[in-house]
Amino acid sequence: MKVIDTANNIAALAAKMARPKVVSAYPITPQTTIVERLAQYVESGEMKSEYIRVESEHSAMTSCISAEATGVRTFTATSSHGLLLMHEMLHWAALARLPIVMVNINRAIGPGWSIWSDCNDSISQRDTGWLQFYCSSNQEVFDTVIQAYRVAEHKDVQLPIMINYDGFILSHTSMPADIPPQKEIDDFLPDYSPEWNLDVEKPITHGNIIGPEYYMEMRHDMHISQQKAKKVIRDIDDEWNEKFGRNHGDLIETYRCDDADTVIVATGAIGAEAHASVNELREKGEKVGLARLRVFRPFPREELQKIADKAKLIVIDRDISPGMEGAMATEVKSVVGRDINEFIAGLGGRDVTYKDIMRMYELAKENKNGWYSVEVR
Amino acid sequence: MKTTISYPTEAAMGKTGSWRVFRPILNEDKCIKCWRCWIFCPEGSIERNEFPSIDYDFCKGCGVCANECPVKAIEMRREKK
Repeated sequence: MKVIDTANNIAALAAKMARPKVVSAYPITPQTTIVERLAQYVESGEMKSEYIRVESEHSAMTSCISAEATGVRTFTATSSHGLLLMHEMLHWAALARLPIVMVNINRAIGPGWSIWSDCNDSISQRDTGWLQFYCSSNQEVFDTVIQAYRVAEHKDVQLPIMINYDGFILSHTSMPADIPPQKEIDDFLPDYSPEWNLDVEKPITHGNIIGPEYYMEMRHDMHISQQKAKKVIRDIDDEWNEKFGRNHGDLIETYRCDDADTVIVATGAIGAEAHASVNELREKGEKVGLARLRVFRPFPREELQKIADKAKLIVIDRDISPGMEGAMATEVKSVVGRDINEFIAGLGGRDVTYKDIMRMYELAKENKNGWYSVEVR
Repeated sequence: MKTTISYPTEAAMGKTGSWRVFRPILNEDKCIKCWRCWIFCPEGSIERNEFPSIDYDFCKGCGVCANECPVKAIEMRREKK
């Protein structure tokens, strides 16, 4: 079925088709329409889920943790300050090894109060142990929500997944998407069978105190699972491609990189926009390509290294670690082990058009870096 | 996959009654069986039998029962060394 709809409505549809037993969420702009749509599905009986209304995002995540711990699939969605309020429980969900799937709409953090796109919310959750995906089209949002359950629930992973996309630029923009029949989704994503769960017939305590003799092993196991997730993501992406005839580039989507001497590295909506910049620059004879990071955790080290072996890199961050630099730039440099060109752009929803990205390419040629539209233009 | 799961055993922390400094002692002649002690015991160490009966293996001697008793039927007596 072809639909034309917003990323939020498509995310809600994907969540419905994944058949979570529990949905718990708190509305926040620009995520609200997801929660409203899911509430409608549950109210009309179209979706057989327990819908838990909560008083905060901290509680939304806590009730997803509790529900998931009983061995059922769960879904939630949030944005910006809501995600930040969840922070403590994000760590908990990951260390409890609960494969919760959450959509986060990237939105700037206040003050000054801003409801527009900016990745500082999710970048601030980098070290919680959640896998992080960044989407750049409504089709990718649908496909990633379904795939995410398979990845998260895989026995080699058993970690929660956060699917991010830009506020308004994606969340409230209608685009066409192909929605497979429910039967095909059910075949691709069978019922959840948990690795551990709470059961009143066989009582256990979870999250009890453990001494220094065990704690590191638990953390180590989580780190190994993040690394193993790369193969799982690739395999499941291949399976999806075989079944539905499309994919979005598993860990990194590469575009016209083969003979490129310069590659633009970006995520989300900027990553989508950069396709047009690459095409324009190619027409002018520039050998430029695009590497759109689809997965930020686990960080695709080897995949990025391969690209960096053949080309110089221009990294565009829609986030800032104040006092240092863009978070993605730091990570990219730690992989490639040399200087790159780096720009901060689009914070608080400032528009980044294909022309802006082309201008950043020109600036990089002059070896200029920095805050695009503030320090360099 | 490694996470922290513990299975119930009797007294995972040992018999915590050994932590007690004061021992609650019920005077059945005064007890009116209002069960306030049973309701308020934070350790679940009081059972409802004919009279409230205190499980000294797990009672930590906090004295909440004696404090709540409306007829002063529970006396807190210092444990002998």
